[in-house]
Amino acid sequence: MNDLTYVSHIPLFVVLVSMAAVPLILASSRKPNLRETWTLLAAGTKFLLVFSLLPGALEGRSAVLHLLEISPGVDLALKADPFGVFFALISSSLWIFTSFYSIGYVRGNNEHKQTRYFASFAMCLSATMGIAFSANLLTFIVFYEMLTISTYPLVIHKETPESISGGRQYLLYTLTAGLFLIAAAAWTYQLTGTMDFKAGGLFAGTSFPGSTMTVLFFLFLAGVGVKAAIMPLHSWLPTAMVAPTPVSALLHAVAVVKSGVFGVIRVVGFVFGPEVMAAYGLNIILAIFAGTTILVASLIAFRQDNLKRRLAYSTIGHLSYIVLGAALLSPSGFTGGMLHIATHATMKITLFFCAGAIYVNLHRENISQLNGIGKIMPWTMGAFAIGSLGLAGVPPVNGFVSKWFLALGALEADHLVVLGIYVLSGLLNAGYFFPIVHRAFFREGEHLEGHGEASTLMVVPLVITAMLSVLIGVRPDLFFHFYELASLIAQSLTGGLL
Amino acid sequence: MVENAPVLIPVIYLAACLLIGLTRLRYRWLAYPMALAANVLASATALGILYHVTRYGSFNYYFGGWIPPIGIEYVIDPLSAFVLTVINIVAGLVLYHSLNVNRLELGRKVVPYYSVAMLLMLGLNGIVLTGDFFNLFVFLEISSLASYGLIAVGERGSAFAAFRYLILGTVGASFYLLGLGFLHLNTGSLNMADLAAIIPNLEFGKDPAIVIALVMMTVGICIKMAIFPLHGWLPDAYTLAPSTSSALIAPIGTKVASYILIRTLFFVYGVDLVSEGIPVTTILGWLSAIGIIYGSILAIAQSELKRMLAYSSIAQIGYIGLGISMANPLGFIGAVLHVLNHAFMKACLFLVAANLRTQMGHSDISRFDDSYRVKMPWTMAAFTTAAISMVGLPPLAGFFSKWYLALATIENSQWVFLAVILISSLLNAVYFFRVIEKVYMKSPSGVADGAGAGNDPAQFGSGEPTSSMVIPVLVFAAALLLIGIFNALIVTTLIQPMMPPGM
Repeated sequence: MNDLTYVSHIPLFVVLVSMAAVPLILASSRKPNLRETWTLLAAGTKFLLVFSLLPGALEGRSAVLHLLEISPGVDLALKADPFGVFFALISSSLWIFTSFYSIGYVRGNNEHKQTRYFASFAMCLSATMGIAFSANLLTFIVFYEMLTISTYPLVIHKETPESISGGRQYLLYTLTAGLFLIAAAAWTYQLTGTMDFKAGGLFAGTSFPGSTMTVLFFLFLAGVGVKAAIMPLHSWLPTAMVAPTPVSALLHAVAVVKSGVFGVIRVVGFVFGPEVMAAYGLNIILAIFAGTTILVASLIAFRQDNLKRRLAYSTIGHLSYIVLGAALLSPSGFTGGMLHIATHATMKITLFFCAGAIYVNLHRENISQLNGIGKIMPWTMGAFAIGSLGLAGVPPVNGFVSKWFLALGALEADHLVVLGIYVLSGLLNAGYFFPIVHRAFFREGEHLEGHGEASTLMVVPLVITAMLSVLIGVRPDLFFHFYELASLIAQSLTGGLL
Repeated sequence: MVENAPVLIPVIYLAACLLIGLTRLRYRWLAYPMALAANVLASATALGILYHVTRYGSFNYYFGGWIPPIGIEYVIDPLSAFVLTVINIVAGLVLYHSLNVNRLELGRKVVPYYSVAMLLMLGLNGIVLTGDFFNLFVFLEISSLASYGLIAVGERGSAFAAFRYLILGTVGASFYLLGLGFLHLNTGSLNMADLAAIIPNLEFGKDPAIVIALVMMTVGICIKMAIFPLHGWLPDAYTLAPSTSSALIAPIGTKVASYILIRTLFFVYGVDLVSEGIPVTTILGWLSAIGIIYGSILAIAQSELKRMLAYSSIAQIGYIGLGISMANPLGFIGAVLHVLNHAFMKACLFLVAANLRTQMGHSDISRFDDSYRVKMPWTMAAFTTAAISMVGLPPLAGFFSKWYLALATIENSQWVFLAVILISSLLNAVYFFRVIEKVYMKSPSGVADGAGAGNDPAQFGSGEPTSSMVIPVLVFAAALLLIGIFNALIVTTLIQPMMPPGM
């Protein structure tokens, strides 16, 4: 990819749109309908703005904006490169669905402090976009920490002792991670004199002692690995499931954790670069962590009776799919990993939406209580079935596509063990998801009389995301050109290795 | 005009100090506006000086036209102009805030209180302005005596705390003076610039007295600065002092002591000498690092907000000490930027404590709950901002001083110190989020938290103190965000020009 850039204010507007909505949301706390209008307006505008960056990204061009010098020699700079646009597209499009769903959820559940909820949500999205468009490590850190702080009120939303302790754990993990990241960034800056992300790695062409690079890599891994929930840094994620379901859906399946894996790919592809990773054997370290996480998380998922916790462990496993794909350092591995960011997002958000719909409608959280609910909530559980199939990697749902490329990547890199892990994990996924579907449709339930589907505001989004999963599975380039973008980025990253 | 400006500041404060005393006779209410007016004048002068120095470079003021080293001179360089501006502006906002809380806590003592506060400002400004070590000692004593007074009028036990401070402070001043004596005996000069020219020519093997002088002066200053383990006077003094005194002394008192340390080590003795010749900075670095961890851990253990902030101050002073001890440009930037940042953060937090004490009658963390946030949304928002800045999260100011310090430790390959900086951020998070958690989430005891309780607009704003107490707090909080975002501007235009020679 030629490093074509053009100056544009759109990335800044993308970041600011939802931030600007925060005071409006706070100011209209007395008028819920007006307040939700702001959320929806911000979500729509944000998505359109991101979408307008897509044509440029498809040509391999990046919109750049240098805001101001934030530390001598380092700018607070935004750069909407193809990878950033890719991630921003996923997050901003799914925010629209989540906004509708949230309205249905908080009203259906009669939640308290709804204003704080919507304000924090908007703030989170701003931070996520900032992460997507960060041009250098320092800007990345600024938004990364912002995301940590703005997610905190959502995690503790219920304000029960359980959620407060969950929030503490969340902060402990993510703040510590932020510190590692700061140390890593500072060290990188001392070593190389730059912090700008560069396709192929800012370390490319340098040589430092192997021990330095290994320690530095571990610092980075600890920094971004917490949000990516790589074991053993994962345990905040299941705990954070005490948050309301839309939060789990968007943040703990899409925005926050994907910011983590986004960070991992940034570190692998844009800080170290594939060549340096391979030269120091860092990809092996990463692959071992990710491979272990996939298998262990899948096994733990079996034992979870709480639906959201099972989804959480499934998320942990799938995040490491992406990390493992990046660790392969092969073009298809990167393509598959990036595609999986998108495909896992649509599938997992569907599943979380379903869990939320079941909770609001029936106040049931445990899988053992789900017998027969497919009969009263056919749409919801139908969507759930599609999501499950996709995560197990069954065509034509989109999970198959990304897994296909991940498998190809494993073959390209000649790591048959990795291929084995992907196959085995697919089976495990089927093993822990299909029984739920089976229960819902083929067992007799109790106390279900008089219940129907959840409110339309909740069912419509989840049906749409399920349909989106299938459509993207059939035509990966539909709407967003995910495949084209992903392969473009993969090429730019591995250009030297092909 | 500008060449005479430096001397204006002490004169303004001295005049205000005396005139305020007179208001006791008849117009007691004049004390507050007079103190405020004196500060506004001084702040404006300081800003003018800062502008002039940034634009045209350093300048001197010779008292009575006597040329140093015979006479006393005031030296205005980028460093002193910067510290001058910071302390006057912070003090201005604190004084603006002080009217109601002083009435409440001090009653009829308000008039002498403001008079002594002016004396404190006189001393602190004099320290920053002077280019003469003995003159500095005189101002140091003035400011110390004033601060003993300001602390001793506080709540029960404050007289004892002030006495303790007095003993330790006097010990510190004596150390400083003894050191100065040694220095004078061996060099025959007390003028800083003069000494800076003489000291490099001395041979330390032959003149151990110079080393002793350095050690004694450093110990003395470190007592004033409350570097671990010389911090013993600080927690009680800050906790038991009247709210305004805490907010006045905590942000700027120890900062001025840090200024003296920077001045003595880097500008008089020279960077090479203190970092390589005599291991002063090494020792300072380790003590600061221990102080950072010690202060942070003890802050976690406190249940009283002001006492928690006091221990946090010990830790934060450690950051400044650590930055100085790195003896490299990034460490220097970090230390000086932290002087600014911490002054603003601590002033903001102590003023929040003052607001709580005025409105709720206490600042006991264990009694905080959700209703505080509902009653005092603005104060609590400011508290949260300052707390997040203390934890060191971007883009707030606190992050950037830590960032430069982290860069400095990496440059010197001081991995332990890097770890200390990072770990202490986490400890800061523990003690601040403990408060934030209570304020935003703990339901008032006995009241069930019903749906939408926090959204009831009728409750908002009912418990905030008067605007003169809310505005300074908000100004500080907003300034933290601005300093953070525009820190590069501050670093390049203000801090880099003040880099000591040889760094």
